[in-house]
Amino acid sequence: MLLKPPLTFYSEPLAGVDQDELQGKLIVIEGPDSVGRSTQVARLRAWLEHEGHAVLDTGMARGALAGKGISQAKDGNLLGPITMTLFYATDFADRLENEIIPALRAGFVVLTDRYIYSLMARAIARGEDRIWIERVASFALVPHAIYYLRAEVRDLVTRVVLGRGSFDHWESGMDMRFGTDMHDSFIRYQTRVIRALDRMAKRYNFVVVDAAKTPDQIFKELQRSIAKLF
Amino acid sequence: MPLLVPNRHRGKLIVVEGIDGSGKSTQLSLLSQWLRSQRIAVAFSEWNSSPLVRETTRRAKKKNMFTPVTFSLIHATDFADRLERYITPLIKAGAVVCADRYAYTAFARDVVRGVSRKWVRNLYKFAVRPNLAFYFRVPLEVAIGRILGGRNAIKYYEAGMDLELSRNVEESFRIFQGRILDEYEAMIQEVGFHVIDATGSIEEQQQQMRDIVMQELGQNLRNGILRASQGDIDAAQAAAHIL
Repeated sequence: MLLKPPLTFYSEPLAGVDQDELQGKLIVIEGPDSVGRSTQVARLRAWLEHEGHAVLDTGMARGALAGKGISQAKDGNLLGPITMTLFYATDFADRLENEIIPALRAGFVVLTDRYIYSLMARAIARGEDRIWIERVASFALVPHAIYYLRAEVRDLVTRVVLGRGSFDHWESGMDMRFGTDMHDSFIRYQTRVIRALDRMAKRYNFVVVDAAKTPDQIFKELQRSIAKLF
Repeated sequence: MPLLVPNRHRGKLIVVEGIDGSGKSTQLSLLSQWLRSQRIAVAFSEWNSSPLVRETTRRAKKKNMFTPVTFSLIHATDFADRLERYITPLIKAGAVVCADRYAYTAFARDVVRGVSRKWVRNLYKFAVRPNLAFYFRVPLEVAIGRILGGRNAIKYYEAGMDLELSRNVEESFRIFQGRILDEYEAMIQEVGFHVIDATGSIEEQQQQMRDIVMQELGQNLRNGILRASQGDIDAAQAAAHIL
């Protein structure tokens, strides 16, 4: 289930990248909104650094090129579904080429909060063509391990209500108006996202982790599995 | 060609393509004026002009942040925004949309930058297929003469300086445009371009374009598409002033 090096591209190798130079580890934490990914990333980072590994953590829409533009476009609520998908793909490519690959060359452990799978799942949930977006994202590196924190949509609702205390426009897929209000739209949209991720699990070798477990249990499970990569 | 989505709407999409200095923008402008003079509802869309994406592209260009893949993706994002919010709704409404450059620009330019032909064609698979695509064929030296005579400085990405073809801007521009020209020439059959000899006089080229438009879309222009009465035009102009 866990891939050992060397790292390879899915099908569209990036120009100027010698795969043999990529000595680091690429580890992906995936899962829908509010499933608890960032908590795990933070704990894993602390643990890995304690073990003596240099860690880069990165996540969606945090890149220098497109991060700001995406956040401004989201504020205006003007993003069409294809535009949004491609804006996120731009950000991903920028982070892959300018953060992730340089870090892998330098032997870092790259811990990424989501990867192309969320990007594709969101596109598919919005009705875009699966093959289209898979091919668009085919310049991505195949990670050493992909952990999919899987939850039922009702558990996500609980987390949103107890956590932030309100629904988010984009996390509810309100741009597509899947329901008449944020709650209904959230349920329908996140159900579609989860379904899309579930369908990727086998093809992309996800390690499925039950997000209903306690954060400690999940952390220990991830730790045990990640330890095998070294 | 099977790559782009067929236009099943009432409105029509006309695009022009060609290297810098081929004169395509001048010709499209003349064509749209001619259509407007027949009270046809005409809209115009230019490559790389989405207000949503502009700031990102501008900043990244200024700081030379682009790689071939991000360059390609940000232009596709810009295109998607114009398509989703502008071009498609207008075609549905029955307008004739005139686009100065379309997905084919990416097919040529991004491939020269180093992304694969297959990847960039898939990237634009969501695009509406134009009803008419004109390609302004011009020898490299003629186009370069027009560009160098008309403007003072060629910009970094415009000259393909990111490809490190030459340290000299003019030389780099020459090599870059030459390769783009080759890509255009190679896709004529594939995408079904109407080729216009862009060395002819402006009037000759325009007449050729109008003939092709009438021949290919004449029936639609007489019936299906959105037209204005003089009253509509006055009212729309008045509204535009208020806005």
